[in-house]
Amino acid sequence: MDLSAINPVLLIASLMVAATPLLLAGIGELVVEKSGVLNLGVEGMMITGAISGFAIAVETGSPWLGFLAAAAGGALLSLLFVLLTQVALANQVASGLALTLFGLGLSALMGQGYVGIKPPQIGRLDIPVLSDMPVIGPILFGHDPILYLGIAIVAGVWALLKYTRAGLILRAVGESHDAAHALGYKVVRIRTLSILFGGACAGLGGAYISLVRVPQWTEGMTAGVGWIALALVVFASWKPWRVMLGAYLFGGITVLQLNLQAAGVAIPVEYLAMSPYLITILVLVILSKDKSSAPASLGRIFHASR
Amino acid sequence: MKLTTLLTSAAMVLGLASGAMAQDKTKVGFIYVGPIGDGGYTYQHDQGRLAVEKHFGDKVETVYQESVPEGADAERAITQMALNGADLIFTTSFGFMDPTVAVAKKFPNVKFEHATGFKRADNLATYSARFYEGRTVMGTIAGRMTKTNKIGYIGAYPIPEVIRGINATYLAAKKVNPDVEFNIIWAYTWFDPAKEADAAKALLEQGADVILQHTDSTAPSAAAEKAGNVITFGQASDMAEYKPRPRVSSIIDNWAPYYIERVQKVMDGTWESGDYWGGIGSGMVEIGEITGLPEDVTKEAEAIRDQIASGALHPFAGPINKQDGTPWLAEGETASDADLLSMNFYVEGIKGEVPQ
Amino acid sequence: MIVLEKRPQPSRFWSYATPVAAVLATMVFGGLLFAALGKNPAVAIGTIFWDPLFGEFAFYYRPQILVKGAPLVLIAIGLSLGFRAGIWNIGAEGQYIMGAIAGAGVGLAFYPLEAWYIFPLMVLGGALGGWAWAMIPAVLKVRFGTNEILVSLMLVYVAEQLLASMSLGLMRNPEGHGFPGSRNLQQYESAHNGELIAGSGMHWGVAAAFIAVIFAYVLLNRHMLGFHIRLTGEAPRAARFAGVRPSRLILFCLGVSGALAGLAGLFEVAGPAGQITIDFNIGYGFTAIIVAFLGRLHPVGILLAGGLMALTYIGGEIAQGNLGLPAAAIQVFQGMLLFFLLALDILTNYRIRPRKSEVA
Repeated sequence: MDLSAINPVLLIASLMVAATPLLLAGIGELVVEKSGVLNLGVEGMMITGAISGFAIAVETGSPWLGFLAAAAGGALLSLLFVLLTQVALANQVASGLALTLFGLGLSALMGQGYVGIKPPQIGRLDIPVLSDMPVIGPILFGHDPILYLGIAIVAGVWALLKYTRAGLILRAVGESHDAAHALGYKVVRIRTLSILFGGACAGLGGAYISLVRVPQWTEGMTAGVGWIALALVVFASWKPWRVMLGAYLFGGITVLQLNLQAAGVAIPVEYLAMSPYLITILVLVILSKDKSSAPASLGRIFHASR
Repeated sequence: MKLTTLLTSAAMVLGLASGAMAQDKTKVGFIYVGPIGDGGYTYQHDQGRLAVEKHFGDKVETVYQESVPEGADAERAITQMALNGADLIFTTSFGFMDPTVAVAKKFPNVKFEHATGFKRADNLATYSARFYEGRTVMGTIAGRMTKTNKIGYIGAYPIPEVIRGINATYLAAKKVNPDVEFNIIWAYTWFDPAKEADAAKALLEQGADVILQHTDSTAPSAAAEKAGNVITFGQASDMAEYKPRPRVSSIIDNWAPYYIERVQKVMDGTWESGDYWGGIGSGMVEIGEITGLPEDVTKEAEAIRDQIASGALHPFAGPINKQDGTPWLAEGETASDADLLSMNFYVEGIKGEVPQ
Repeated sequence: MIVLEKRPQPSRFWSYATPVAAVLATMVFGGLLFAALGKNPAVAIGTIFWDPLFGEFAFYYRPQILVKGAPLVLIAIGLSLGFRAGIWNIGAEGQYIMGAIAGAGVGLAFYPLEAWYIFPLMVLGGALGGWAWAMIPAVLKVRFGTNEILVSLMLVYVAEQLLASMSLGLMRNPEGHGFPGSRNLQQYESAHNGELIAGSGMHWGVAAAFIAVIFAYVLLNRHMLGFHIRLTGEAPRAARFAGVRPSRLILFCLGVSGALAGLAGLFEVAGPAGQITIDFNIGYGFTAIIVAFLGRLHPVGILLAGGLMALTYIGGEIAQGNLGLPAAAIQVFQGMLLFFLLALDILTNYRIRPRKSEVA
């Protein structure tokens, strides 16, 4: 055992990278759930984003266009969810599961020609002086731009929910769609926009895996991150900054466990791997005293019966 | 009962039918555990299938089914191929063992081949590649090239096949560089690119400058390429897109010659059951082109490869002690296939424990 | 513009017509997909829907539809009770795993003893395993008011890790040359859930699925508890006046669905699958949720929906093997089928008509 081999600075820097797909998908799903919709199709939207982004990045040579395409791809798939749940008023749980099934298949079909190809790389943000500083350099200033974009989205969502009228309306729709409707808000339109935003974020998260974190395309490469994102939103009790904290914690447990193994510490891997979920359940129990946290209309179907 | 007889008689009719068909076309089936687009293990098996098609042209028809879950679904997939007139069926993953045994019993006229297993029957043969021979070559390169004397190894699950590879690599590396240390990470997955990449990063951050993997994706190579000055090896397939560095060589599963040979035997009517282990010598394990290394290391690695091929060198030749210091192989002794099949211990010098 | 108008009562005609329409729509769009992949669409569709039932080897595939459909129906029946009452157990996959672990554990503990009582004990163990796992979200909901959707989902991942740990550790076959996975229960007479009539596909799990359908039908239509379940889902406030105790209902619905999922896991591990392995679970618990909705939460509907899903699985596999269709194309095809079934359901409950006057 050699714990001194673990460099905490590098550990933190790499857990930030590992957490970013989770962060992006989680913050998107948070907005969706805040509007009162439960979309279990995150995994499907992520993997669709992963291949859309990868394919476009390879074809155009621009990772930026790739990420744009990933957001579009994720949003496009979520549009199917909109049609099912907002237009056809289908059950959200079943629709979300169907979306994941469809997305996994679709992405594998789209990706058939892209196995074993290297995507164009996105550069690191290299700020002279700042990036070279010890400790905080690698942690704060040594990453790729998408990682910062993820944090910026979290900040944006936080500000939107807390300070703006739009955020207030979004929350109202999520708390009681009937009341919001009576007040004259377009419930379906607001939810549609939220779902599309969630799809775009999930798509970005997927592309972060295929274009930055790994980077390559392989079938099924999101390997369950979308499901963890769902847990993350609950863990965060629907609060943006806690999504970020949670993403770093969830991502951190994986990275830490790999690092401990590399350092020769014998750890029961399976039990460590289940800890994030157990912690989430614990958080749910603790939060249950605070009845205000979960959006009251979450998962319920809305139909304006006038 | 009645339905059983129906099933058996149908199988027999089919056996006859396929026997008649064999004159013009031999039907060969493949059952894969992953998608053919995994770029590694299943991809290589599928390359073998394509090679069979290319070699025999119109004389064969191949069918395959990918991403078959182990268990009940596998049994159905295999049965389906047998029913549809396959003459020879390759089931390419360890988890297909019991289903293959069950189906083989029902279709005595169809030939079955199961990869990496140990249960056989008159119409069920097993085959396996001696990947560990390739590990000896990789270990030699790793031992020579490491500057930090830390070698990172990503294993899928603590099972004999993987442990064998770790031991072979370690013994070879230690021989050329007594100071090497191994850092081993168990990923607990065969295939999760993101996790494999994270594992590679963790090893690199702790000072490893050579990464070996026994998981299925190319993610560790991709991660190493980003990190710079690190070498990696292709696993299962050549992973040539990471040439010349970080990928400096590779262990390629080349199933094509074996598949072609066995299909030929079915055509000739000379197919027999058995247990076939192919290594470098027979071409089932291929060492991918060595790139980006100093000439002396390249030469040395190639020499090791040729010695293993000719049988002059055995990767597990005594004296070797187990990790706890108890003797395993005495001077002049080499490991038996039975020992190799169920290896569940580290050799002396490797730190850490095999998780149980 | 068109508007949706809620029907006073679900349309009988559309409740029968929508599934047919959805299958037809899927055939059209799926056909386009297969054509785009360079396959003959008519042949592909025929292979998926026709061959398993009436093709050359239907004598083998028909029983397989039972084998594949039974766990789906068994789990979906349990889930549908809760779904009707607005109790959302989406962690059936975890309960399925725990049932398999507990049931197989009982069997393996007796190995190599042969006795008649081993299998019944395993069945009990399987049901208890699933039940106990479902009691966690149930008790947390009753006691603390936590959201059962999320707790049950989280527990799926915990169960998966336990499964991996069991396959590699406690339950690893000592004669398996170190490979992960337990002993094969198919080779252990007293623990084997074999076919009741050889070649029919009928094992105890299939029998249990049929029994569950009848049980659920009787419960919902003839029993007070069934009435309470329906009332709670349709009019929660009225239910409270009618004397329904929500916490008892939660414990009952989650308990039953957990036990049935656990049974499905036990029958699978002791029968078709044979052993506890790392990848033992293949998504029956999640697919069953879709089956429950496709069946409109009605016991007979679920039976038909489970059969339809099983048919596309089996047919899809045949299409892969015979036509070389990629597995992914089958997944997309199934996804389409679900989309259409879910989307068209609106016609059952709503009327679509042109908008007459301006909305206030």
